[in-house]
Amino acid sequence: MQHSENRRSVIQALGASLLGLFGTGARAQSNEVKIGVIYPLTGPAASTGAELKNALELAADIINNGANNATKGISDLPFAAGGGLPRLKGARIRLVFADHQGNPQTGATEAERLITQEKVVALVGAYNSNVTATASQVSERYGIPFLNPESSSASLTARGFKWFFRTTPHDDLFVHNFFDFLKELEAKKNFKLGAIATFNENTLWGNETTKLEAKLAPEKGYNLVKQVTYPAKSTQLTSEVQTLKAANPALVMQSSYLGDALLSMKTYKELGFSPDMILANNAGFTDTEFIKTLGKDAEFVITREVWALDLATRNPLIKQVNDLFVARYKANFTGNSSRTFTGLMVLADAINRAGGTDPEPIRKALSETDLRAENLIMPWKGVKFDATGQNTLGRGILVQIVDGKYNTVYPFNLATREVTWPMPKWDQRK
Amino acid sequence: MTAEILLQTLASGVLIGLIYALVAIGLTMIFGVMDIVNFAHGEFLMLGMYASFWGFSLYALDPLLTLPLTVLMLFAFGMLLYKFIIKRIINAPMLSQIFTTFGLMILLRGVAQFLWKPDFRSIENSWVSGSVKLLGIQLGQPQLVAGLGAVAVTMVVHAFLTRTRLGAALEATAADKEAAQLMGIDSHRMFALAWGIGAACAGAAGVLLATFFPIFPEVGANFILLAFVVVNLGGFGSVTGAFWAGILVGVIEVMGGLLLGPQYKLAVVLVLFLAVLMFRPQGLMGKA
Repeated sequence: MQHSENRRSVIQALGASLLGLFGTGARAQSNEVKIGVIYPLTGPAASTGAELKNALELAADIINNGANNATKGISDLPFAAGGGLPRLKGARIRLVFADHQGNPQTGATEAERLITQEKVVALVGAYNSNVTATASQVSERYGIPFLNPESSSASLTARGFKWFFRTTPHDDLFVHNFFDFLKELEAKKNFKLGAIATFNENTLWGNETTKLEAKLAPEKGYNLVKQVTYPAKSTQLTSEVQTLKAANPALVMQSSYLGDALLSMKTYKELGFSPDMILANNAGFTDTEFIKTLGKDAEFVITREVWALDLATRNPLIKQVNDLFVARYKANFTGNSSRTFTGLMVLADAINRAGGTDPEPIRKALSETDLRAENLIMPWKGVKFDATGQNTLGRGILVQIVDGKYNTVYPFNLATREVTWPMPKWDQRK
Repeated sequence: MTAEILLQTLASGVLIGLIYALVAIGLTMIFGVMDIVNFAHGEFLMLGMYASFWGFSLYALDPLLTLPLTVLMLFAFGMLLYKFIIKRIINAPMLSQIFTTFGLMILLRGVAQFLWKPDFRSIENSWVSGSVKLLGIQLGQPQLVAGLGAVAVTMVVHAFLTRTRLGAALEATAADKEAAQLMGIDSHRMFALAWGIGAACAGAAGVLLATFFPIFPEVGANFILLAFVVVNLGGFGSVTGAFWAGILVGVIEVMGGLLLGPQYKLAVVLVLFLAVLMFRPQGLMGKA
């Protein structure tokens, strides 16, 4: 009897202390804003995921603790003073990370978990377009704002969603940029570009971009001779590259994630495939690892970008924020991490203007967002969402890898370097 | 389409096929000797790749130089895995065995990601880089060396199985565990040996791949599906079968890709696989 009473009191004490824990948790909550973030932290895109996580942590740290930049303040950056969100009594941003492993199903499950169990006020994610598609469906159902900083599949904002906001320009715009670039380059260098081939991985993103490229090429007066698609997890790309080589295009428009981008470059070299130009749709080609891994063999690839470090010559904010990133992570921002950083900043700005953590005011504040170019580390004209949730002021740039770094080559008025065209054949490289 | 392109593609197919074969040989051996499907096999390959990578980047030792050491390390690793983990589930239901090796796969990937980050790495400027012209076709030196290395390793394994007493004991255990035990063969020792050799083969494939394939924690996933197909195609437990089936899969993959369109390359392999399962379920060289 004595024994069981002891046990009961132990259980009661335990229960009480647990309640206590929850109690303090609930109290702490009012002083912080929980934001759910869904990224590929493991799986094939894990290295990109790690980079995006760093960017988010830096953004949250700046908002919560200030930019810590003793020498010169970053006055143009919103929240650079630190101290949390001013209109929420200095509430701090707390990021709750979830890993979708590059899997759309997992993305949806994690989104649901973050909303129902972690009670996050908004979601940020998810890099892979196909995961963003499923995860944002969940947030739409629950009526929680979903801010997507970097998935560029055009269809994402064509779904008539009310709670979905995307800061990055999407693929349609980027592909149009490609053809504008080609036209302007032809005019500038006075030549006519030969045949075009497309080369892409076979998930949603790769297929969609390529579809638009294939549609636009003839419309813009180009000769599309070959379209090659490959499975995303390939052990070799020999037959693909052979097929390309046989078609002998002057230009290859390529959409690949990191692993296959590396493999394709190595196969090009091995099989001696040298088109005059490789025009890539960022992703793998702009990952930090791309140049690091390929070294000299990465040279002369042109890729669309949304960001480049050399833009800092035109916008000092870019250098200042990049310096903070370098100090923490020993690596520069990339097009991916800078967009993710910007995404959280835009969301924080909206939550701050909403003045609370209820979903509807945040959604409304997001739709009223009006950030200007000088508040951003992006080469955009600003951030302003249309009715579909798409930022209408974004734009892309093109960069070319020369001397082991990305140089802005287009738009020509932002360029820091002339386009190297055609790219040298493999056997003529030093 | 010229003969040159066909020949070129055929050669590339054979070379990558030899790597598939080497991965599959380890897998088929473990299965043949003890009827356990090792889902963590791709991770042995990954460990082999990382061993080469660290040898190269920390001590500037070429992967080919460290090959024997890496193979030895993987051999020991395979034996230890058997001693401490696999031995415990040898008589467990099949589902537990599957979960064990599957769990091992996730564990090894997770550990690799934790210790070495999810970054893609690669070995630049090893002894073998660039390409050579041979009979009018261009072959990547790393691929060529990898293919020849795979042949050499396979020959060593084959010679071991057919020419040595220990190899014969291993084959005997594979054929009939109880009968072999009655003849005085310690089956646990044989099982450990099978795991050691299996891991060593995958490790060797990893080293050979490391000179031209990106190295990352999940790299095993790219190869394991094809390795299972190869094992089935060659006949479960048949080392020679796995060897030829590996080459066959490599060739069919690239030729199918070239002739029917690259988007169908895996489909072609898997259709052939289904056909073999339907008409010759024991595999091309397996015993009925």
